[in-house]
Parts: sequence; C-alpha cells; structure tokens
Amino acid sequence: MAKQLMRGSHVIGEAATRAGCRFYAGYPITPQNEIPEYMSERFADLEDATFIQAESELAAINMVMGASMTGVRAMTSSSSPGISLKLEGISYIAGMELPAVIVNIMRGGPGLGNIAPSQQDYFQATRGGGHGGYRTIVLAPHSGQELVTLTMKAFDLADSYRTPVILLGDGLMGQMMEPVSFPDPIDPSKLPKKDWVLNGTKGRDTRLIASLHLDPVEMEQFNWKLARKYAAISEREAQHESYLLDGARFAVVAFGTAARIAKGAVNRAREAGLEVGLFRPVTLWPFPEKELRALTRTVKHILVFEMNLGQMLEDVKISVGEQASVHFHGRPGGVISTPHEVENVIKKLMYKYELDK
Amino acid sequence: MAKQIFKRPEALKDAIFHYCPGCGHSIIHRLTAEVIDELGIRERTVGVPPAGCAVLAYNYFDVDMGEAPHGRALAVATGIKRARPDLIVFTYQGDGDIAAIGTAETIHAANRGERLTAIFVNNGVYGMTGGQMAPTTLIGQTTTTTQRGRAPLRDGYPLDLSQMLGVAAGSVYVARTSVTSPKSILKTKKAIKKAFQVQMNDLGFALVEILSQCPTNWKLSSVDSCKRIEEEVVKSYPLGVIKDTTGKGH
Amino acid sequence: MTSKTQKTTIAKAKTIFSGFGGQGVLMMGYVLATSGMNENKHVTYLPSYGAEVRGGTANCTVTVSDEPIASPVASFPDSAVLMNTPSLIRFEGGVKSGGTVFLNSDLVDVRPKRRDIEVVSIPVNSIAGRLGSTRGANMVMIGALVQQTGLVSLKSVIQSVKSIFQKKGSKVHKMNTLAIKEGAAFVDALSGS
Repeated sequence: MAKQLMRGSHVIGEAATRAGCRFYAGYPITPQNEIPEYMSERFADLEDATFIQAESELAAINMVMGASMTGVRAMTSSSSPGISLKLEGISYIAGMELPAVIVNIMRGGPGLGNIAPSQQDYFQATRGGGHGGYRTIVLAPHSGQELVTLTMKAFDLADSYRTPVILLGDGLMGQMMEPVSFPDPIDPSKLPKKDWVLNGTKGRDTRLIASLHLDPVEMEQFNWKLARKYAAISEREAQHESYLLDGARFAVVAFGTAARIAKGAVNRAREAGLEVGLFRPVTLWPFPEKELRALTRTVKHILVFEMNLGQMLEDVKISVGEQASVHFHGRPGGVISTPHEVENVIKKLMYKYELDK
Repeated sequence: MAKQIFKRPEALKDAIFHYCPGCGHSIIHRLTAEVIDELGIRERTVGVPPAGCAVLAYNYFDVDMGEAPHGRALAVATGIKRARPDLIVFTYQGDGDIAAIGTAETIHAANRGERLTAIFVNNGVYGMTGGQMAPTTLIGQTTTTTQRGRAPLRDGYPLDLSQMLGVAAGSVYVARTSVTSPKSILKTKKAIKKAFQVQMNDLGFALVEILSQCPTNWKLSSVDSCKRIEEEVVKSYPLGVIKDTTGKGH
Repeated sequence: MTSKTQKTTIAKAKTIFSGFGGQGVLMMGYVLATSGMNENKHVTYLPSYGAEVRGGTANCTVTVSDEPIASPVASFPDSAVLMNTPSLIRFEGGVKSGGTVFLNSDLVDVRPKRRDIEVVSIPVNSIAGRLGSTRGANMVMIGALVQQTGLVSLKSVIQSVKSIFQKKGSKVHKMNTLAIKEGAAFVDALSGS
C-alpha cells in the first residue's frame, strides 16, 4: 500500500480500526482530540462499530469496560489529566481481566500543566497507575510507522493476556505527520473467539465478570494468578531497539519522542568519531531488563534521556545494577531538546570518563 | 397431582439472600427475576450490579452479570448494550450509586436515550458502609454522618433524581413505586415490566425508582420501616409515574 | 573534540511556515511535506496546536531530508516563510545563519533586522490577485520557496497540489498550477536581475 502523510492521532485511529477495533468511547482533551474526531468519522461507515463521545473520562473508560465484556475490541484515548480520571476504570479492567487499549498522548504536568509534549506519566503508566497493584503493558512508539505497528499490536496483546494495554505517546507523536503505510485490515469476525464474554446464557451456565473477591484467600489466589500472568508477559513480551550499539562504549537509553532526538544526537556524535549507540525500550512495561543488562558487558556508562526528571531512570538502574554508571539528562516542561543539546551531554560525559579516545 | 402455586423464578439462582431481615432488596430481586421470566428474556439478559448492598446481586440473578465500579453502572451498561444491541441490559443501583457518585453517568445515559433499564433502589442511606447520609436522605433524618439530623445548610437537600431524569429528553419511562404492601409490590412489578418492555421495544431509557426499607440502618422494625415509607418518605418522594411517553411515538 | 571521520553532507532542511488563519499556512507545509514524501524523501510535518492556534495565528514546521529525521522541531530553521508582520517578529531571530526568509511583502511592513540571512520578498497577494484570487497567495509562495531552495521539484509540488485538491476539479488545478509557476518565475526574475 502506498504511503500516506498522516497525523499521528489519525494513524492511531486508522491502525486501531484495521486491528478490528469496533468500539471507541472518549472525551475531548488536547493534544489528542484528533483521535475521537477520527474515530467518529471512521466508524460512521462501519455498521458493526460504535463511537460514543462520553460525558466524562470516567464514563468513557467504563463504556470501554462494558463493551469489552461482550468481546468486542475496544479503545479509549486521552491525555495525562484525563488518564488520571480513567485509572479507576483501568484498575477494574485489570481486576476483571478484560482486554482494552488505552492511548495516553501525554502532556505536561502536574495538574493542568500544559499541552506540550512530555513523558511525565512514565511512572503512572508502568506502575499500573491506579489502586491494587496491577500492571498494564505499556508500548512507546517513536515514529508514525511505529504508531501503526504498536497500535495494532496493542489489541493482540490485550486479547492474548486479557489485560489493559497502554499506548504511550506525547503531543509530538500525536500531532506530527509522517508518511505511513498500513497493512490490510483485520476482519473482526475472523478473530479468535473469546469463551468468557457476556452474551446471554443461552445453552450454557451464567457468566460473571467481576473484580470482587470478598474472601481473603480467594483474593490472594487471584493476585497470584495475576502475578503469574505478569511474569509470563515479562518473560515473553519485552521489546527494544538497538541502534548503533555494535562496538559502542557509551549508550543512551531513551524512549518515544526522546529516543528520536537521541538518535539524532547519536548520529552527530558518531560523525564526530564517538563510539556511542542508543538502546530504545519499545515496551516500557515489561521493561527490557535482561537485554539492557546484557549491554553492560561492553558498555560501562549509560546516559538516560527523558522528557521528565528521571522516571525510566529507575528501571535502568534496576536493570544494570552495579554493572554500569548511569547518568541522566531530562527536560520536564515540554521544551523539546535538540539533538545538538543531547549530543553535548554525550560528549561531556564521554570526555569526562575518557571514553572519547 | 398438586398444582404448583409458588416457585422460584428461573432468573433467580437457588441461593439464600444475604440481605438483612426486612430489607427491600430481596423483594425487588424477586420481582425483577419474575419479570425476566415472564418476558422470556433470561437467555439474552445481562445485569450490571452496583457497589453497595446489592454488590453480590450476581449471586442471585441467574443471568450473565458484569460488575461496575461504584456509580458507573449505566456507563458500563451503555458499553454492553451498544456493542451488543440484541442483549437486554439492566442496571441495579442504590441511591448513593445512582444519585451521588454516579449522577453524571446516570443523567447522560438517560439523556442519550440509551436502551437500558435501571432499577433504582432508594432507601435513603448508604447501607453497606453502615448507614451514612445518602443524597436521598430526608431533611432531619439521622444517619451516622448526620447524627443530629440532616440539616440542609450543612448537608444539602434530598435529591429527587427521578424528577431530574423525567426532564431528560432521552428518557421514556420513569416511575416511582414502593414495596411496603402486596398492592405496592404488584405495582412495582408492573413498573419493572414496563421498564424492560421499553427497552425491548427500542424506545429509550427507562427507570423505576423503588422506595425501599432498610430496618437495620433506620433502626426500626420491619413493620415500622414500611410504615415510615408510607407515611413519611412518600411526602418527599411521591409515588407514581413521573414520565411515560411510550404511547407518543417516541 | 576533533572530528575523526569525514562528515558526509546530509541534505536536510527545516522550514517554518507562519501567518494568520486563512492564509493557507498549514496547507503550504502540507504540500511541501507531501511533495517530499512523493520524492521518497524522509519528511515530518509538525503543526502548532491547542491554545496556540486559537488566537488566529498558525504555524507549522516541515523537515525534508535524505536521512531519517530525529527531531521534527526546528529551533533554527533553514528557511522561514512568513506571511505577516507578527510572524516575522516571532521567527526572524531563530533562522539559521545563512538561512533564508521568505516574506509576503504585501503584508509584512517591516524589514528583517538581521544581516546574516537572505531575504526573499514576494508580493504574493498581489500576484495571486492578478491571477484571479488572493486566495492563491500561498500557492505563489510555495512555488517561490521550492524554486529558491530546491527542497523538492516544482513538478512534484504541482503534482501534490493536484492530488490534494483533486475533488475541487480542473479549474482549481489550473489556477493553482499557474500560481505556483508564477511564484517560481518571480524568484527566477529576482535572481536574474
């Protein structure tokens, strides 16, 4: 299929539709308004699809919860403050073991913050966010084309593990246009049948989808079940990109928009003769811990670069332990670093630790 | 052979209610189940229970059930119904659930004219949590958070949700009933039946508010609880059909 | 630090378009990005968004490159297309030394202060008006821009505009083509003089 120049938010909407998503509920909030706008129009011609502009973020996530109970692939989207409101529902969705895709086009914070690109919701996304110690799979696209692949993948992961999946972008990913191409759409009726959905008791016993476990022993057993599921996800689904890491003596770790900037910085530093590469987590949870640790066999200094004041930093430190020194550079307000700025940080560190010789 | 004159509705499981003696929930459960049986919709009905005393309603209704977070039942139900319009979806909610924490979800589901049936059990207190003030608590009524009686200047006024929903353009049928006597119970069943039929006929939103007794938290006997509803509660929440546009080509 | 490896020249250019709503500023950026895409180049298009655009101003940044693009943001653009005076005031300072500013001389009533940038002034409203409608001013400008910079070919701009406005029919296409060519011709005449 030919490439099209498309806005990130629209790419998400189109990719979701092609992944077989047939239910969308959302609420306007900048910088992701183009997602509900796109879904409203895209679904208008699909007889089996439902678009609802909900009265609130709460209603939207709960509508997605209800729709998911019937087995349909369902999605909602928002931006940081709106995601805070959705967390209640996301916790229930995790507790009910329902699939759902939640898009967070992050903006600055705390509070109302601003609408500029930010990565300040890393903690919220990768630590579950809401109450009850659950996890969500978190995917962090860094290009238009990756918005296609990861949006579609989000639905597969959500269905496979019956768990909420967060697609974590920012204002830049949502607003920017890049050329993209799409795979052929999936026919939702051809997707694997779900044997747990609510569709009437005809010919079978009743089904219940609930997160209530009054009996402490039962509650504990359920949480162990979730723990096994999360362990399986961690084992199988961690994904990252290695960029110019062959022979590197220094590595930058960055995700999403920051990783784009970091690639530019690494390119510039490489041109200046420095042996530096980029390790880019594609899944933020599960974090590609083992893969990053393996890198420390050859790389002893790591620069974490984020558009916040050091959140993924903690996961990087946990991953590498004492095997490498971890440095940090971050911008927390929506100011987008230039590749030049990050290149300078790389150069200073490599000079300081005599890695430039 | 002896004629069977009393049996458990198919839409009720063979289980013993956990509700307190004299509580209205057991009656309302039974009525709802009887209606589901009579309309022949058990195999395509999905219920959405609330947070509150009826949180375990799924232990009793023999239909598919999907839980909702506190107050969000009508949003969850909207998702189910829109995704599967062939299903009959009802919510079962208390006053705190539907008229306090879930007010927005309630009003907007009604105003969108969602094809849903809401059973709204109004007993004027938060029962499950131990008898705190509800949005529907009467002026002067003592609860664990209004120990000197509900004082409007501090605690606000009782909320008449059904009247508000009657104003919503998307609602088709809104009625208020009680379950204090055989006669009122029959009226309630009729209203519940109509509220399901509205959905089956794809007309719009339907809600039955049922004034229900809570002897435990009211600290009254069962009989006195019924008497309180008949003599006192109905003054603030008059019984009757609040809105019915089923015959008006909705 | 001395550079050890020979730096290869990467053809990458960032252009900022700015003006008020209704001047077709975002369309110019979209046309440039589409043309770059059609020439198999790497492109990004980043519009201003949210509260920023509610005041009636609009701007976007387009990057066209032979290599994958790291940042779609331009702190120091190679070129700035400035359709009104506020745009000049806002963006003049950021233009890369040796870069080019394209001014809509019909509406920009002050001169750039900087001496280290090239200034191309084009009366795009007048030219478009002469062709039939001032609404084509942005087409005149995009013609001038690509003729001067060579970011993409004039041919692919005309082709992109045709496909973007496909539904509007051949009359609009003719008009746009004419406007793009006039913009290019104006720049040719400038450099020839």
